[in-house]
Amino acid sequence: MIRFNQVNKRYPGGYQALKNVSFEIAKGEMVFITGHSGAGKSTLLKLIAAIERPNLGSVIVNNQNVGVLKERAIPYLRRNLGIIFQDHKLLFDRNVFDNVMLPLQICGFDYRESHKRVRAALDKVGLLKREKSNPITLSGGEQQRLCIARAIVNRPTILLADEPTGNLDAEYAHEIMAIFKSFHQVGVTLLISTHDESVLQDTDVRVLALRHGELQSASSLSGQAASTRSGQA
Amino acid sequence: MRHAIAQIAGVLRRMFASKLAGLLSILVTGIALSLPAGMYVMLQNAQGLVEQLSGTPQISLFLTMDTKEDDVDKLRKQLAQHPAIARTEFVPRNQALEHLKESTGLSDVIGGLKQNPLPDAFIVYPKQGEAHALEELRNELAKLPKVELAQLDSAWAYKLEALLKFGRMVVLILASLLSLALIAITFNTIRLQILTQRDEIEVARLIGATNGFIRRPFLYFGAIQGLLGGIMAWLIISLSMLLLNWQLDALSQLYASQFSLHLLSPGDSLTLMLFSMYLGWLGAWLSVARHLSQNEPR
Repeated sequence: MIRFNQVNKRYPGGYQALKNVSFEIAKGEMVFITGHSGAGKSTLLKLIAAIERPNLGSVIVNNQNVGVLKERAIPYLRRNLGIIFQDHKLLFDRNVFDNVMLPLQICGFDYRESHKRVRAALDKVGLLKREKSNPITLSGGEQQRLCIARAIVNRPTILLADEPTGNLDAEYAHEIMAIFKSFHQVGVTLLISTHDESVLQDTDVRVLALRHGELQSASSLSGQAASTRSGQA
Repeated sequence: MRHAIAQIAGVLRRMFASKLAGLLSILVTGIALSLPAGMYVMLQNAQGLVEQLSGTPQISLFLTMDTKEDDVDKLRKQLAQHPAIARTEFVPRNQALEHLKESTGLSDVIGGLKQNPLPDAFIVYPKQGEAHALEELRNELAKLPKVELAQLDSAWAYKLEALLKFGRMVVLILASLLSLALIAITFNTIRLQILTQRDEIEVARLIGATNGFIRRPFLYFGAIQGLLGGIMAWLIISLSMLLLNWQLDALSQLYASQFSLHLLSPGDSLTLMLFSMYLGWLGAWLSVARHLSQNEPR
């Protein structure tokens, strides 16, 4: 479903965010990307959504080489992805409901059907009662859940989450992880970046550990603990 | 469809959120457009007047004061045989004086005259109305015996015609320049709009909005603002014409003539509004295109 082949990304100014990164994620997998801040986690996710383009190597999503995708085709790629941004990117000039409505408006969804979908998505993340509120009045955890609702309202096959538990306390983080697991159960491919390894404790999932832009290991949890520990050393 | 309606509603809401700014833009557009369009209307009116007056070109032959009746007969025959002349009309000096008394209301003054100062005259209607041929015919007729003066009555009309051509060029230049200015105005208005909606545009692009989707509400905005500006221009012109006609009425009563300015025709009105709408749309398009090209992913 997602394949990186010897991917290099260097930002203008010379900063090398990713070095020779190769991995493959199968359909329906739930994969965590770990690493210190600046390790290249966000860059990796951005390459999948064609927000950034690789300098070398290829990024294949759904059999499409995203790195060389034409400008005009990018919107249609992104419609198949649900993206949960590190900085939420919620719009404070409209209420919760309309924030979740935006992706459906963009796709030109039927008006009545899209109302149903927005309610379903809000219900899924437990924000149905807040649909008329302005996102600015929501707590950090609620804003994160709103962001998730907006990412899934389109029913994407791939969900990308950049530090979804970044500045949440343990209880909120646990809630968010529970939501992700429920998506995993219904067959969504998930790619979640985090620097907070505590959320991995009770999870039996694959981990891609990045360190200074290089992939340290592509292991399941059992082997992962050792490798990340050495990564942090 | 309902998304489109919702979008237009959103655009209008945004437009009326900044009442003063929106109104000012519309007013500026209206005034800028009413200048060339108003001049155009004036030219149309002048054009109509010229056509009305110079529709049948005439040459007036004023005869010398000592002309006898058989001189007149001789001249009449000569003119009748001339190949370039369609017909002639003889105006005896007495009749001319009567006509002058009636039409100008100067009977008191004329009555005080000891003798009729007017000469006999022929009005010659040439077969063709081409300026050069008329001028030649006038020169030829001026050399006839007993003809004191041959006057081409429509000569001024041709001069006016040339002047109108000049005027039309002025309107064209003015319209082009002001159109550019209008595009610039919309460009700037939309640029400011884009700045206030930066976040929305960024988020929309990140979750799969096409450029067309992002462009659309701004194009609606530009087009609606342009249309309202066009309507404003139309109102300004119509109101001005009504005011001018009101004054002209008083004036033309004094001159005992019927003359009033025509307003913009329905076709011209529609053209004005659609053109203004198009300019707004174009300005918006350019503005969004610039923003989008500046924010492509690397």
